[in-house]
Amino acid sequence: MPQVEQSNETRRSAVDRTVVQVAEKVRVADGVVTLTLTAPDGGRLPDWTPGAHVDLTLGDGLSRQYSLCGDRWDAHSYRVGVLLEPASRGGSRYVHEQLEPGHVVGLGGPRNHFPLVPAESYLFVAGGIGITPLLPMIVQAQLLGADWRLLYGGRTRSSMAFLAELSAYGDRVAVRPQDESGLLDLAGFVGDPRPGTEVYSCGPAPLLTAMEAACAAWPARALHTERFAAAEQGPPVRTAAFDVQLHRTGRTVTVTPDVSVLEALGAAGVDVLSSCRQGTCGTCETTVLAGVPDHRDSLLSDDERAAGDCMYPCVSRSCSDRLVLDL
Amino acid sequence: MTLAPSPATDLPVSDADPFGHEVLEDPLPLHHQLREAGPVVYLSRYDVHALSRYEQVQAALVDWQQFQSAAGVGLSNFRTEEPWRPPSLLLEADPPRHDAPRRVLTAVLGPRALRRLRDRWAADAEQLVDEVLAAGTEFDAVPALAQAFPLRVFPDAVGLGPDGRENLLPYGDHAFNAFGPANDLVAKGTPRVAELSGWVGEQCARAALSEDGFGAAIWAAADRGEITPQQAPLVVRSLLTAGVDTTVHALSAILHAFATHPDQWARLVADPSLARVAFDEAIRWESPVQTFFRTTTADVRIGGVVVPEGRKVLLFLAAANRDPRRWTDPDTFDLGRDPSGHVGFGMGLHQCVGQHVARLEAEAVLTALSRRVRTIALAGPAQRHHNNTLRAWHSMPVRLTVR
Repeated sequence: MPQVEQSNETRRSAVDRTVVQVAEKVRVADGVVTLTLTAPDGGRLPDWTPGAHVDLTLGDGLSRQYSLCGDRWDAHSYRVGVLLEPASRGGSRYVHEQLEPGHVVGLGGPRNHFPLVPAESYLFVAGGIGITPLLPMIVQAQLLGADWRLLYGGRTRSSMAFLAELSAYGDRVAVRPQDESGLLDLAGFVGDPRPGTEVYSCGPAPLLTAMEAACAAWPARALHTERFAAAEQGPPVRTAAFDVQLHRTGRTVTVTPDVSVLEALGAAGVDVLSSCRQGTCGTCETTVLAGVPDHRDSLLSDDERAAGDCMYPCVSRSCSDRLVLDL
Repeated sequence: MTLAPSPATDLPVSDADPFGHEVLEDPLPLHHQLREAGPVVYLSRYDVHALSRYEQVQAALVDWQQFQSAAGVGLSNFRTEEPWRPPSLLLEADPPRHDAPRRVLTAVLGPRALRRLRDRWAADAEQLVDEVLAAGTEFDAVPALAQAFPLRVFPDAVGLGPDGRENLLPYGDHAFNAFGPANDLVAKGTPRVAELSGWVGEQCARAALSEDGFGAAIWAAADRGEITPQQAPLVVRSLLTAGVDTTVHALSAILHAFATHPDQWARLVADPSLARVAFDEAIRWESPVQTFFRTTTADVRIGGVVVPEGRKVLLFLAAANRDPRRWTDPDTFDLGRDPSGHVGFGMGLHQCVGQHVARLEAEAVLTALSRRVRTIALAGPAQRHHNNTLRAWHSMPVRLTVR
């Protein structure tokens, strides 16, 4: 029956996003490319909010985090910007040198540890590739009718991405390449503390340290930062199969790389209640008794992830050969 | 009702009234007719398009870009009509305004945050079941259990004071009626709207809330700048509007399901860990929230029909949850089924943010009942309560046998 096939197709395409495909790769500045990522079946991608990042699993188990910098109203593609790090540990080099349109990469998230809080006005300060999470924030600030300004620094003008996009905002945006203007005048830009103003900054560690100094007189919570150094090396993401042992029944289910833990359990006749299947709603929360989960959800805080005592099997996987679940 | 394809557009047209008492008494025949008529049906009485198949309802729910909530999730179009109260920051807002309130409430009501309530609610449920059974094994399950338990635990969890809690159910009942047309059900609630809204508004103030509840947690988020102090009371209001009636009717639905499916009750008694599945299966089967509207933000093509921009679209969550294209034996209440993916809580970024609270309440009640009760049966005809949005019971006489 065609209708049934259609229905199954809908179910599959609405959920279970564990991979995305590179639709486009564009060099947008010296050492910076943007990737446009789509679902291999053309379906919707999970929703996100400004400041969110995704984990991309590149090549053989390299997991890297990239801020989403596209249009959240476009449900069918993500955009990320990737700087070629001189001291790349493999991730950015892989993206720049090997990743090509048509390639499929693993997807985790989106997660947002850098959310835009409501405010009357915003000050945005970007260093280099740190502009990426701020781009969708600026769109939102504009939509909300908030007052905002951006100070954007980089080594040279040619190394600074998205300048054409930002030129539409006129003198709200101050572009300050170091070889033309010297170091950013952070204190001058930030000025004195003002109630109702939130400061968002993203870039290399020295910039953020300087921002903390420039905002020393501000309430601590007014400065929001996200460090855009190469992400700390997370736990290795397995590309091989792993076993899930069900504590209550003693059964073992093997999870192959192409299916989620939830799907593998379901195929083995063990249904775990779930809803969103994107790691966002928390319905399928499952207690982990042993083993190390590879968290790919949008729910747990860093502390909770480190505790490793629960997981969301719709998206999360395993770092260890075996996970023992309370099922 | 009559149902005929419009000769001009091929769009099936129905003059049915989904908010009429006949349908509210038993919506299943209408849901069947609408599903079979096509992926989109035009409801001439209200000049709206309706979706009732799982595929289309699910797709519209997740597509917040084309099916907006900010124009109201009732029949009233906020683009052209004044809402009866300030719009909800959760239910009646879209990104970007929706983001911060949703983020805060998601954290306050998330499964991790609720862990501290699990043991207390389990004990409360055992105590309630003991009290009810001590008074007799034949009673009306709606006031005795379905209303009693949420009213016992939820206002405390929010941090409400002791006075005026009897206002919660009438307020919620009216709020959910108000999503429908201005019919007799809305008129019934209108005389008390000002008084009830005033009371609810007062409870949302920081000073009215205890220091350890969901309400205080929302105000603490305002202190941290995650939402504004102006937003905090409206976020608290969402809890009070959406957190009581829905849970009451969900519990009624579960009790009715078990009273009419003794084999499934036996299954739960044998394996109380099925309580969580039982809850979601009951939500799928009965859909306490039957319908919500969206408003199109563009010309949207659905199954060969173009719904023009700016149209109200009525999503039949309940019909989708029993669509045979999606579910095997959809009319059967079956604990052996995997109800995952039902749209009884909605789907996508507006999905019910309180679903874990509801699950925890239901799990507590079902677990306590399964320990004490061997059988549940109807002791007389159950009576529906009519509401424009909610499927509810007014009374449900039951007879229990104790283990």
